[in-house]
Amino acid sequence: MSTILAPPREPSGAPADVGSRRLTERVFRVRESGIIAVLALFVLVTALIQPRFVSSSNIQFILVNTAVYALVALGETMVILTRNVDLSVQSVLALSAYLSAGLFGHAHGIPIPVVFLVGLGIGLAFGMANGLMVALGRVPSLVVTLATLYIIQGIDILVVGGNEVVASSLPAGFVAIPNVTILGIPWLAIAVAAVIGAGAYYLRSYRSGRELYAIGSNPEGAQLAGIPVAKRVFTSFTLCGGIAGIGGVLWAAQYQTINTSAGGTNFSLIVIASVVVGGVAIFGGSGSAVGAAIGALLLGTINVALDVLGISDFWDQAIAGFLLLLAITLDRGISVRLAAALRKRSVRDGT
Amino acid sequence: MDSGRSADRRGSPSSSPPSPTPTANHEPATNHEPATNHEPATNHEPADPAAPAGRHAPAGGQATPGSDGRTPLLSLQHAAKSFGAVHAIVDASIDLYPAEVHGLVGENGAGKSTLVKILAGVYQPDSGLLLVNGTPTALHGPAAAQEAGIAVIYQEPTLFPDLTAAENIFMGRQPLRRGRRIDTRQMRDEARALFERLGVRLDPARLCRGLSIADQQIIEIAKALSRDARIIVMDEPTAALSAAEVARLFDVAATLQASGAAVLFISHRLEEVFEICQRVTVMRDGRQVLSRELDGLTADDLVRAMVGRQLGERQEDAREKAGEVVLHVSRLTREGVFTDISFEVRAGEVVALAGLVGSGRSEVARAVFGIDRYDAGEVTIHGHALRRASPTSAMTAGVGFVPEDRRQQGLVMDMSVQQNMALASLGRLRHAGIISSKSERNFAADWALRLRIKFGRLTDPVSQLSGGNQQKVVLAKWLGRKPGLLIVDEPTRGIDIATKAEVHRLLTQLAADGVAILMISSELPEVLRVGDRILVMREGRLVAEYPHSDATEENIMSAATGQLQEQEQGQ
Repeated sequence: MSTILAPPREPSGAPADVGSRRLTERVFRVRESGIIAVLALFVLVTALIQPRFVSSSNIQFILVNTAVYALVALGETMVILTRNVDLSVQSVLALSAYLSAGLFGHAHGIPIPVVFLVGLGIGLAFGMANGLMVALGRVPSLVVTLATLYIIQGIDILVVGGNEVVASSLPAGFVAIPNVTILGIPWLAIAVAAVIGAGAYYLRSYRSGRELYAIGSNPEGAQLAGIPVAKRVFTSFTLCGGIAGIGGVLWAAQYQTINTSAGGTNFSLIVIASVVVGGVAIFGGSGSAVGAAIGALLLGTINVALDVLGISDFWDQAIAGFLLLLAITLDRGISVRLAAALRKRSVRDGT
Repeated sequence: MDSGRSADRRGSPSSSPPSPTPTANHEPATNHEPATNHEPATNHEPADPAAPAGRHAPAGGQATPGSDGRTPLLSLQHAAKSFGAVHAIVDASIDLYPAEVHGLVGENGAGKSTLVKILAGVYQPDSGLLLVNGTPTALHGPAAAQEAGIAVIYQEPTLFPDLTAAENIFMGRQPLRRGRRIDTRQMRDEARALFERLGVRLDPARLCRGLSIADQQIIEIAKALSRDARIIVMDEPTAALSAAEVARLFDVAATLQASGAAVLFISHRLEEVFEICQRVTVMRDGRQVLSRELDGLTADDLVRAMVGRQLGERQEDAREKAGEVVLHVSRLTREGVFTDISFEVRAGEVVALAGLVGSGRSEVARAVFGIDRYDAGEVTIHGHALRRASPTSAMTAGVGFVPEDRRQQGLVMDMSVQQNMALASLGRLRHAGIISSKSERNFAADWALRLRIKFGRLTDPVSQLSGGNQQKVVLAKWLGRKPGLLIVDEPTRGIDIATKAEVHRLLTQLAADGVAILMISSELPEVLRVGDRILVMREGRLVAEYPHSDATEENIMSAATGQLQEQEQGQ
């Protein structure tokens, strides 16, 4: 009897454990290493054709140009992780850029940090509005933020009218923000990288950060697990808005002439594309802020590379679109493969 | 094979209601009428279960101490809950005592799920009183229920597929280190310790995507353990488990009980209730109709209380034996999933595919129907080869597929009952390319009648139906196509006993009408009752085949677990 009851084989636990950990790790690495490989390839090919591309001034240019996108992508990542989306970041950024930079003209000698705080406040306010409607009103975020995208744009046009903030009204210290470098690296890029690093660390290592993943991974399960879903979703929209507000101030410092077209007509979509290209699942639950930032860097690099190579802007958008498709296909492919691999292992282990 | 194990376990740690039959169960369960196993004496005349005022009426009102003076850990009294005009529960009462496993049984729609959700804090009762440890408690949400020490293991696990096993266990309560940061290493160590306590091999760092339902439940149970939950509600945990996994779960339940926890165990398998429970509550139509110690009750008593009538004995099949070959599967292989699978299903027979969860049964079925691809082999219907990975090809050839997970794969939950039923027959219901809702309605009404589906209106979303009725809708959907081959994967998972019998009758009837049926089931009694031939899979291979007459629970289990081979090798 006892011999029959004994398990059919004596599988040693350790190798399976190690194997699966390696598997999960590999998948996590793949998500970011894939995009880093694409980025490296792009830089390499472009540099071979046009060596000027990897000059330090050009690299600085790319970093500074990407910084605002990468920063806002952090906020967008927090929202997308919860299986939501914020389309309104571009109009929040535009309005914040105009109102905050406009302060220099209205209140002479206002300290630059105060201007940043004002930008942050504006962003937080709109983020809260979005968050309230999504989290408490239970309106799909796509609809809410599409509406606020246009509403805030309307407010922007109303407030700005035909006016614009001109470079001459901005203090030198403000205008210099994008140009200051430390050891050849733009200060702005370092600061943004630090913020993104902190954001990514928060998402990875703090309970409330992990809960954003949980909500996106299984909203109903999150509710049952006692996660304050509405509060977390509200917070993610608020933070996303606040970050977009800060992004507006940085935008003003970078472009200095601020009218209703600040941010451009495509900003939100580029940010969302960056996040998805960077490996954040569009339906939430997985991905990282670092990946999103690298996604933004990739799209920014492509933009400049095509410029350097003298290729039409049309291709820039087409390639961005192509990468988006690639990222989503890859994401599907990876999760299908992963599920299959894990299932296979279960079959082998007989668990 | 496991008669010794089950006999051991029946001795409850609390020993409060002395089980009369700890030794009467040495016969392995070859006879599937649990009543005969557990009936200690023939002259026993049970109290009329329809009249709950047996030895002690439990719906007393106050937190009445149990028979031996203990205070219940949890006491729900006269709870009611309505959704609009639907009275999900009318008058539900239940007392859960420490160190006791309490069975809750009842037909579909009896209100069990609603009761569970009330205990989980998901629903707030319209009226009634909830006492936890004798203290009136209001559960305003899931968090409050957890706070009160109640853990619920749901029928459909609610894990986060993108997070690791350890994170799933400790979500919201992750061990922290300095600066309130999550201590991942400690979290994984603790998770590993929990898995060890449960006697399972699972990697804490593994993502939960792709885990079997059995493993997902283990994670849910580990979660409850990690919370030191005192009241553990298991909502049909065994519905999707293989026998070995059920045994594993029962050991866990015994551990929980020994630690003084109160376990509420919901199951449609009465033999399970008799195996691990000391007390039982029966619900019918939203009311508690019986609640007492299990001691002295028979399965028949419970069934009578559940349905309010006596169920007919299982009809011995007068089935015409198999006709021509409908499905022929030869050397079907999908790398890493199943290998070299060959079998036939003939018109008029039910072939049951048995095996442990994860043995590749469902995967074979999915490959046959064309949902999954396969690497080698061939599938033919009436001699015509099906295209690989093409459900359309299978459907055209007259194959119907009722999937395991009806919520996700079998039904469009937001669509109406009639739309769901018509979904696979749209081609037939179309006039000039337009689906008229009238023909859809007639079609659905016809099938609803034939399958005795209970619903409000045909236009209600199918999500409002109970599990058993949902399953019937899936069946109707495929039967409407008049399939030559019907593949059913776990046809009665999570379905109450009366509906289960009806589904069995239906399958047998279909076979008698000449349909070839391939049924996958984890429930051995079901396999034995319905299957004309039984194929057993283990680790992706077909390891045994038994005709109905030779099949026993024992030989199927030993084939499924691999003991057959060892025995043979040993000889």
